[in-house]
Amino acid sequence: MKKLINKPEDVVKEELKGIELAHPDLVKVYYDPDFIARADAPVQGKVALVSGGGSGHEPMHGGFVGKGMLDAACPGAVFTSPTPDQMLEATKAVNGGAGVLHIVKNYTGDVMNFEMAADLARGEGIEVESVIVDDDVAVEDSTWTAGRRGVGLTVLMEKIVGAAAEEGRSLKECAELARKINGQGRSMGMALTSCTVPHVGKPSFDLPEDEMEIGIGIHGEPGRHRIPLEPADKITEMLVEPVVSDLPFKEGDEVLLFVNSMGGTPLIELYIVYAKAVELLEAKGIKVVRHLIGPYITSLEMAGTSITLLKMDEDMLKLWDAPVKTAGMRWGI
Amino acid sequence: MAISRDDVLNWVRDYAQVIEDNHEMLTDLDREIGDADHGANMRRGFKAVMEKLPSVEDKDIGTILKTVGMTLLSKVGGAGGPLYSTVFMKAGMTIGAKMEMELSDWEKALETGIAGVVALGKAQLNDKTMLDALYPALDALKVAVTDGATIGDALKRSAEAAHQGMLATIPLVARKGRASYLGERSAGHQDPGATSTTLLLESAARVWAGC
Repeated sequence: MKKLINKPEDVVKEELKGIELAHPDLVKVYYDPDFIARADAPVQGKVALVSGGGSGHEPMHGGFVGKGMLDAACPGAVFTSPTPDQMLEATKAVNGGAGVLHIVKNYTGDVMNFEMAADLARGEGIEVESVIVDDDVAVEDSTWTAGRRGVGLTVLMEKIVGAAAEEGRSLKECAELARKINGQGRSMGMALTSCTVPHVGKPSFDLPEDEMEIGIGIHGEPGRHRIPLEPADKITEMLVEPVVSDLPFKEGDEVLLFVNSMGGTPLIELYIVYAKAVELLEAKGIKVVRHLIGPYITSLEMAGTSITLLKMDEDMLKLWDAPVKTAGMRWGI
Repeated sequence: MAISRDDVLNWVRDYAQVIEDNHEMLTDLDREIGDADHGANMRRGFKAVMEKLPSVEDKDIGTILKTVGMTLLSKVGGAGGPLYSTVFMKAGMTIGAKMEMELSDWEKALETGIAGVVALGKAQLNDKTMLDALYPALDALKVAVTDGATIGDALKRSAEAAHQGMLATIPLVARKGRASYLGERSAGHQDPGATSTTLLLESAARVWAGC
């Protein structure tokens, strides 16, 4: 293992220290239990958004804490759900009296831990709503699996619902908007290489030089198919087609196209994917009205990409364009 | 004979050592069909348990087990954290403020622990989870109790049943947890959760053999 770290067990704490020193204007970092909160939290009268998940997906979620997005983020160990005590303390710290929305990616551990935390917070008199994100079309959604994973759509939901909370919408309205976003967004990812969890020291799966894994998640878990490597255009097609046909996205739809790096794939390659994706969508009469391109929900140093499509409407466009000021996403301010 | 508070403490200590010795094996199993963190998470949790244990050494069995559960809840994370936490907390609540327990107490503790896991994880037998070790262990324990077996013998039979259940997860297709994302590809691998659970029951059988 070749990594820019000191000791594997100190990775998350040392990262938090860096965030604390780099962004005192945006966030306040709490330790034991660990969470990152908006510097000005609690914002009185505003619905607070709390999310969290395993570390290793940076900038998600800690990099999305700030005005116009999340009020708090709970980092777990790398690729491991955070614990209820973190979520409870974060919820209490950012509750401004208008209730707290938990944005939870659909993984067994995340769902269980957030469920316990929500119960504990309600027990302390805080109004809590939870929304589950499950946008990954690579996973068959049936009673025989843990259900679809929450992936790229999480980033878009945190931005859009964050803007809604900022403009004063109620907890119920924010939760409804989040569920609506979950209903009209879909994602699919692929990997060119595996990744190595620091405290494990070896790659999460082995992927030969001439093969790729289609339908990966964001935790180094293997995907659905392993096939020979193809050119970018062909890979883009393999990702766009199942995403479009799943919802399905239709002619005349206006969409936000999010081309994400899994961490190791450079921007130059993401733009190649973006160009092909736009071409494929336009051929279907689907109009790309907004985009996001870059490493926003990563899987450590994994090379690969994921594509997320979100069907937009006037309200969501306005909220997407609204000011946001976080370490990982910033515009309009 | 009965299982004393000190026996329970020794079991927790023994299992912490078992995790220390086997964490790489558990993580390797998890790498095959999950996200390669089960051993690392359990190790972090039981290291914290070992730090916490001295503060409850003079307490009753219920308090000790609940303390183990609460520590795991705040240190393990993932799905294993809440699930193992529930096993210990429910067991602790069931046994209550006793300084020693009978086999029947252990049977009830295991039963409520399993009920807690089912309520939280919503899994069933043959979903390729820790329940595939727990259910056979409880069944074997019940039969042993009916047979009038000694504590040592009953726990040995229970642990052996867990071991068989663990091996039986190998051909199964996972229906819960991260392994379920793999679909058919999850078959042919032993479930990490059923493995760490079997180690837990084998530890109890070993430490309490003379009770």
